[in-house]
Amino acid sequence: MQEENEDILEQITTSEYKYGFVTDIEADEAPKGLSEETVRFISAKKNEPEWMLEYRLKAYRHWLTMEEPTWANLHYPSINYQDVIYYSAPKQKVSLSSLDEIDPELRSTFEKLGISLDEQKRLSGVAVDAVMDSVSVATTFKEELSKVGVIFCSMSEAVKEHPELIKKYLGSVVPATDNFFTALNSAVFSDGSFCFIPKGVRCPMELSTYFRINAANTGQFERTLIVAEESSYVSYLEGCTAPMRDENQLHAAVVEIVAMEKAEVKYSTVQNWYPGDKEGKGGIYNFVTKRGICAGDHSKISWTQVETGSSITWKYPSVILKGDYSIAEFYSVAVTNNFQQADTGTKMVHLGKNTRSRIVSKGISAGKSQNSYRGLVSVAKNADNARNFSQCDSMLLGDKCGAHTFPYIEVKNNTAQVEHEATTSKIGEDQIFYCNQRGLDTETAVALIINGFAKEVMNQLPMEFAVEAQKLLAISLEGSVG
Amino acid sequence: MLKIENLQARIEEKEILKGINLDIKPGEIHAIMGPNGSGKSTLASVLAGRADYEVTGGSVEFLGKDLLELSPEDRSREGLFLAFQYPVEIPGVSTTNFIKTAVNEKRKYQGEEPLDAAQFLRIMKEKMNLVEINQSLLSRSLNEGFSGGEKKRNEIFQMAMLEPKLAILDETDSGLDIDALRIVANGVNQLRSKDNAFLVVTHYQRLLDYIVPDFVHVLYNGRIVKSGTKELALELEERGYDFIKSEADQAV
Repeated sequence: MQEENEDILEQITTSEYKYGFVTDIEADEAPKGLSEETVRFISAKKNEPEWMLEYRLKAYRHWLTMEEPTWANLHYPSINYQDVIYYSAPKQKVSLSSLDEIDPELRSTFEKLGISLDEQKRLSGVAVDAVMDSVSVATTFKEELSKVGVIFCSMSEAVKEHPELIKKYLGSVVPATDNFFTALNSAVFSDGSFCFIPKGVRCPMELSTYFRINAANTGQFERTLIVAEESSYVSYLEGCTAPMRDENQLHAAVVEIVAMEKAEVKYSTVQNWYPGDKEGKGGIYNFVTKRGICAGDHSKISWTQVETGSSITWKYPSVILKGDYSIAEFYSVAVTNNFQQADTGTKMVHLGKNTRSRIVSKGISAGKSQNSYRGLVSVAKNADNARNFSQCDSMLLGDKCGAHTFPYIEVKNNTAQVEHEATTSKIGEDQIFYCNQRGLDTETAVALIINGFAKEVMNQLPMEFAVEAQKLLAISLEGSVG
Repeated sequence: MLKIENLQARIEEKEILKGINLDIKPGEIHAIMGPNGSGKSTLASVLAGRADYEVTGGSVEFLGKDLLELSPEDRSREGLFLAFQYPVEIPGVSTTNFIKTAVNEKRKYQGEEPLDAAQFLRIMKEKMNLVEINQSLLSRSLNEGFSGGEKKRNEIFQMAMLEPKLAILDETDSGLDIDALRIVANGVNQLRSKDNAFLVVTHYQRLLDYIVPDFVHVLYNGRIVKSGTKELALELEERGYDFIKSEADQAV
């Protein structure tokens, strides 16, 4: 019976990835490999101004001098950067005068993913920028947003329409030279979202970017920039999926957030890139740099992430607390199953006085996966009365997976208060049996226990995302109890 | 309702139940008593379907079905309830939410519509009075930080909500002070009807002052060695288990 029980557990964690389909659409691609030519090709494809090309070339040249980081608790064969296609755009009409002209194939792809590009079908009051491979295919509710002065458009468009803002802010939080992957991204990023909330405006709807990798052998390198002016507010959602393929695909994104005085930005991610199959074949390599700056006093940035996908995750959404009394939060649930590896966490850099940060990280490991939390809390010399509270909880399902915690604390001001709490637990057979005895099957029991474990983070998600994320947690762990 | 014949079970290589026979009819309360290590809790666990135990022989019929063929969750949905000796904690899952899930899983199994929030709350309010449990406790994470008495009351409360046909109380009295014991027993007595039955597993007689059994069975060394009425429990209280042990040991 013991064995039988383990079998059940085994089965539960082996459900299939739901978004693994491929859209058959003709694509306009760059030749494989990375060189100055590739960078020029991408820039030319996008009809970019000279300054943008220069920015890219500079980043590229710097990238050539850098080495891929190896400090993370991740093990994967080295990536051949010459074997990646850096630009792939679904072919469609050159310019769209309205959303109705989107290629039906593209439209139905996003419908399948549960993203409606049809404004008539607006369900939840979310404006969407849909990005497929290297380009943004549609942005909804632009007009409505522009009435209140909110700019929400693709990065390509922003480079052309709002060059002053892009020049001012692009790379201002994450410099191209920051790390290996940011240099790579800065050289070849092809699209992404730009959003600008003017002074005093509370963005009337949630803004959302949905990233989809479709073409084979391509990497996705998107760039997101959010600027919230004084006393403004925006809640931003990001979702992502990719087809099931046997080879690994590279995703190296950069997200930058600027929050001015009294501004608040809430950024939520449900990351569901293809995680690879049960044997660990295929899946997305996800190397992402996300960073926000609380530039003004009393500003607030909050990251919430639910990470269930990717075969490799390398991601540390961070906040620089520059303004006095600024607040930063990081809420994370990272689930790994089968052969997935995640090394994720955050950096909270306290520069201003009376700054506060809070970290809540919930790691769930199943199968043969490895799940690491890595976080830095740093308090600078002048950051009087800085406070941080960190809580890192890990849950293990089965005995073949691993959970690791790497907290780094650097305090240079003796008025700081930094707290760190960590726990590791296992889903007990006792808990599952107790649920069984009350009429819950094992799958329902595991979903309930996991959601309970992750509740504090899930509660931070906007309603539209919360339900989906809850289901996702259950699906990601199907077959994993042991 | 429940018919156990020659039930044998072991954990790993250790034989624990060596041939249990027991027949429980609707409306009856049976008490299983016995010294530590006699197999009382094992019997409760085997009936509920805990995977650690392997049934090596015998049969159990529950409401006309082969109980041993059913998964633990189906046993529950068929109307078998186990009040745990050590109820587990599930952080982050509110007691209310947990019970609602359980009630609706059972309804689904029986082909009934799930209860909506309002209906559920109404029923909950009713049952809360039975075991003198309050709302604030039910809003908290399941059993997390509950006192021993609160956990046991919560078990009885769940029993009230699930309205089982057969409820097995596994040492529900252990760790309870006299007031909590009275509350728990009172709850059981109010739930008692001609259609349901109880199997009360206990080490001590004192619970049986409050929940009066129709039959008392003494379990020793994996077998029921003596059965009787509630007077047997009193005799045990007076003489201890030793006389049963020596009787049984001689018989072997």
